[in-house]
Amino acid sequence: MAGTSGRFTTMIKAKVNRLLDRAEDPGETLDYSYTKQMEMLQNVKKGIADVVTAKKRLQMQSTKLEQQVVKLDTQARQAIGAGKEDLARTALERKTLAQNELQSLDPQIAELEAQQQSLIDKEQKLRTKVEGFRTKKEVIKAQYSAAEAQVKIGEAASGVGEEMADVGLAMQRAVDKTESMRARAGAVEELEAAGAFEDLTQLGDGQDDIDRQLAQLSSGEQVDDELAKMKAELGAGSPAPAGELESGGGAPATGPRPGAGQ
Amino acid sequence: MTVVRIATDAQYRLPDSDLDRLNELDNQAQVAVDANDEGSFQVLLAQMVELVRTDGEALADDELIESEIILPWPDSTIAEVREAFTGEGLIPG
Repeated sequence: MAGTSGRFTTMIKAKVNRLLDRAEDPGETLDYSYTKQMEMLQNVKKGIADVVTAKKRLQMQSTKLEQQVVKLDTQARQAIGAGKEDLARTALERKTLAQNELQSLDPQIAELEAQQQSLIDKEQKLRTKVEGFRTKKEVIKAQYSAAEAQVKIGEAASGVGEEMADVGLAMQRAVDKTESMRARAGAVEELEAAGAFEDLTQLGDGQDDIDRQLAQLSSGEQVDDELAKMKAELGAGSPAPAGELESGGGAPATGPRPGAGQ
Repeated sequence: MTVVRIATDAQYRLPDSDLDRLNELDNQAQVAVDANDEGSFQVLLAQMVELVRTDGEALADDELIESEIILPWPDSTIAEVREAFTGEGLIPG
């Protein structure tokens, strides 16, 4: 019906037409189109594999960061127990940074998961359509004259061609998303390589470059709050034996003043 | 029935009685695109997608049919739409 052919169809239709203009011999057009469809299916499979790889990489980072958060939390407590507030602060800064990274990873992993599922669905759908095209192609070749075949080809190829163009669009979007998450994963790995999440036993004396960066990166207020909370929990920096943390350290009066040692 | 594709999603058979409403939303979306009004465009696109998904019936996977209308993908931005689709707008007329 007139007026319903969408203005937004221009791009997809153009792709189909290019496909159809390729060969004058109908049989050749069909075979060429089918070859293209098979290539497309391979591409989608490769695209899915790429998304899965990117997702796994982020999941591994996430696991690693979770472990670091636990470790740094423990070390902060031990540092407070030993009266080393500077060390505790550094540990908490690193913990905050690791937590922030963790929080940003979750939605990204979910996004890649969604892309993966969408591409799997697309692949399935395209596979079915390609199979339908293959059957039609043989029928057209066997039963129709060249002139008739052109018309039939147009019908069959435009349907599957539109699907291919659409799959191409979905693929492009998945690739774009995967690329940006790959860059993100690379950035986290760089932080890691710079020692941003390293545990404190590897820290030398005094502040190094990472510490100064960390202090800038992490929210000072959040670290202050957490430090205060931890100190309260631990009995305000009493030199408790490391590892053996009494519950109910709510008797700050009994311990020495915090920050006295070092 | 009119075959409508939501890009990167699926094809649907939409009752022709919905076409006026779809066209109306499309015209408004086109105005939003021209005015670079991202917020309005997102709302209108979501309404179009919703209309097609609710009233339309998804085509079977083995149907090889060309769509009469193609809508942009659900979360597309004006910039993406401008790049991917050239022409007069979503639905002419």
